[in-house]
Amino acid sequence: MAGSFFRNLIRNRAMLLMVLPGAVWFLFFSYMPLIGTIAAFKEYRFSRQGFWYSLTHSKNVGWDNFKYLFNTDAAYTITRNTLLYNIAFIFLGLVFSVALAIILSEIVNKRMAKLYQTGMFLPYFLSWVIVGYFAFSFLSMDRGLLNHTLESFGIDSIQWYNEPKYWPFILIFVSLWKSAGYNSVVYLASIMGIDKSLYEAAMIDGANKWQQIRNITLPLLKPIIIIMTLLAVGRIFYADFGLFYNVPRDSGTLYSVTNVIDTYVYRGLKTTGEIGMSTAAGLYQSVVGFVLVLVSNFIVRKIDKDSALF
Amino acid sequence: MFSKTKKKRDFHHLSPGWNFIFHAVALFFAVLCVFPFLFVVIISFTDEKTLATNGYRIFPAKWSLEAYRYVFQTGDMLLKSYGVTILVTVAGTLLSLVMISLYAYAVSRKSFAYRRFFSLFAIFTMLFNGGMIPTYIIVTQVLGLKDSLWALIWPLAMNAFYVMILRTFYMTSVPDAIIESGKIDGAGEFKIFYRLVLPLSLPGLATIGLFSTLGYWNDWFNALLYIDDPDKVPLQSMLMRIESSMAFIQQNLANSSISLEVLQNMPQDTARMAMVVLATVPIIFAYPFFQRYFVQGLTVGSVKE
Repeated sequence: MAGSFFRNLIRNRAMLLMVLPGAVWFLFFSYMPLIGTIAAFKEYRFSRQGFWYSLTHSKNVGWDNFKYLFNTDAAYTITRNTLLYNIAFIFLGLVFSVALAIILSEIVNKRMAKLYQTGMFLPYFLSWVIVGYFAFSFLSMDRGLLNHTLESFGIDSIQWYNEPKYWPFILIFVSLWKSAGYNSVVYLASIMGIDKSLYEAAMIDGANKWQQIRNITLPLLKPIIIIMTLLAVGRIFYADFGLFYNVPRDSGTLYSVTNVIDTYVYRGLKTTGEIGMSTAAGLYQSVVGFVLVLVSNFIVRKIDKDSALF
Repeated sequence: MFSKTKKKRDFHHLSPGWNFIFHAVALFFAVLCVFPFLFVVIISFTDEKTLATNGYRIFPAKWSLEAYRYVFQTGDMLLKSYGVTILVTVAGTLLSLVMISLYAYAVSRKSFAYRRFFSLFAIFTMLFNGGMIPTYIIVTQVLGLKDSLWALIWPLAMNAFYVMILRTFYMTSVPDAIIESGKIDGAGEFKIFYRLVLPLSLPGLATIGLFSTLGYWNDWFNALLYIDDPDKVPLQSMLMRIESSMAFIQQNLANSSISLEVLQNMPQDTARMAMVVLATVPIIFAYPFFQRYFVQGLTVGSVKE
């Protein structure tokens, strides 16, 4: 039996060699960290003697880190923020992306449509650091364009980076701004794939543009919409770190509305040094996220097997 | 003539009213997307002193090249960061393409006995990830990459999603016949891959390569986690560090015999914006090129396997 195993290895040696680099990478960057999640159940101390030593010699505290974590207000806040923002992003993102796709597909002058698309696509290519600077040029207290405009209408300047209440709107706006153009491409491709004769037939039957959109375009987009949405829902426990870290410029006063699970974990590592609780938060996120991805993928499979992740 | 116009009636004809509204909406959003960058460019060409009185204006009271003059004079920091970013991006993209294409190819071949295992091995990583802190611990304590340029390259080298995309690409665009003919000619697996499959898969590789390049170029997160050495700071990370103060730059001025007066008159805000512009210009130039491939890649992906 062992003989045939080795025979198989040798027969497949070329292919095995090909997957070797990638597999080793996965081992170090994806699978070993899984072992590291045990740190969530320990009082982890960075020891100079390296990873294994630190892991095995840190005190075992069982579920304590999780208990501390869920006893804080933070656990509720970051979960709420992550979920609510993602729900808003998914829903509004969908509406805007589909709307843009339909608009672009209906514009008669195709060259102009291509031009608009070029413009809309740009934000996706810029990093969140750059976008953070953009936001600053508008929101800066003494020099920003927004306050300047307010002043010219006789309204007092607002300390944008200190007032939590505006930030849900700001963050949702910025997120849509960055991704709507990019996401619309997927829907646009689907629309382009719709059989033109359907529209012809509808027109012969006297349907106007809106009826055509409502009865042909949208229903035919439904499958891809459902799939994109489900895949997004599968990731609903993960936030875009770049958005929530760079755009609010790490302003502490805004944490109640800008801290999401990802930023909380990061701050635990780099700033507050609460490794235990933060790793617990990270594990909490990974487990819930995992379940959600499995469930959503399962549902997507039921709808359209080819579109599922696996 | 009558019958011609009647027959060629465009079923996509939109009433002029709605066409106008659609144009307006699309134009508005397109401008909205482009405007912030233009605004930052304008700020970078503004005279620093007018900023204190007027703030950032779309139409500055006074224009000035001072910010750029300053940046080019003390250009050390920017140049170093450019160097780091270019090095990391080129090395990273190449490494990434090699690793991903080899893995994807092997996993696409039905004759590979362990194909299923390695597919799942990759896919599982898309579902469950250990988290930021355990990964940080591995990278710093096990791999010892703290403050190394490799910490900017390795974390982004593999991506299970790209592997799956390329795998599908290989399976659909590379006919078995080609591989068979290579085998008949007595070629080994690597030779078949290199000589026969690779040339056929250039479009797929180009798409993955572009996504990869963009990822490396824009990456600031890995530098945030792992880099403290100012000589190893990539572009985006440098922009982050100068956000609150120019102190970072001042600390690293090559020519430290600059007088106090010059330091006080330093164009802080405008110089910062000038750096943002200079860091973004390559993306803008490469943009039309990127856009074509990205749209291609996205549409291929969504028309589905």
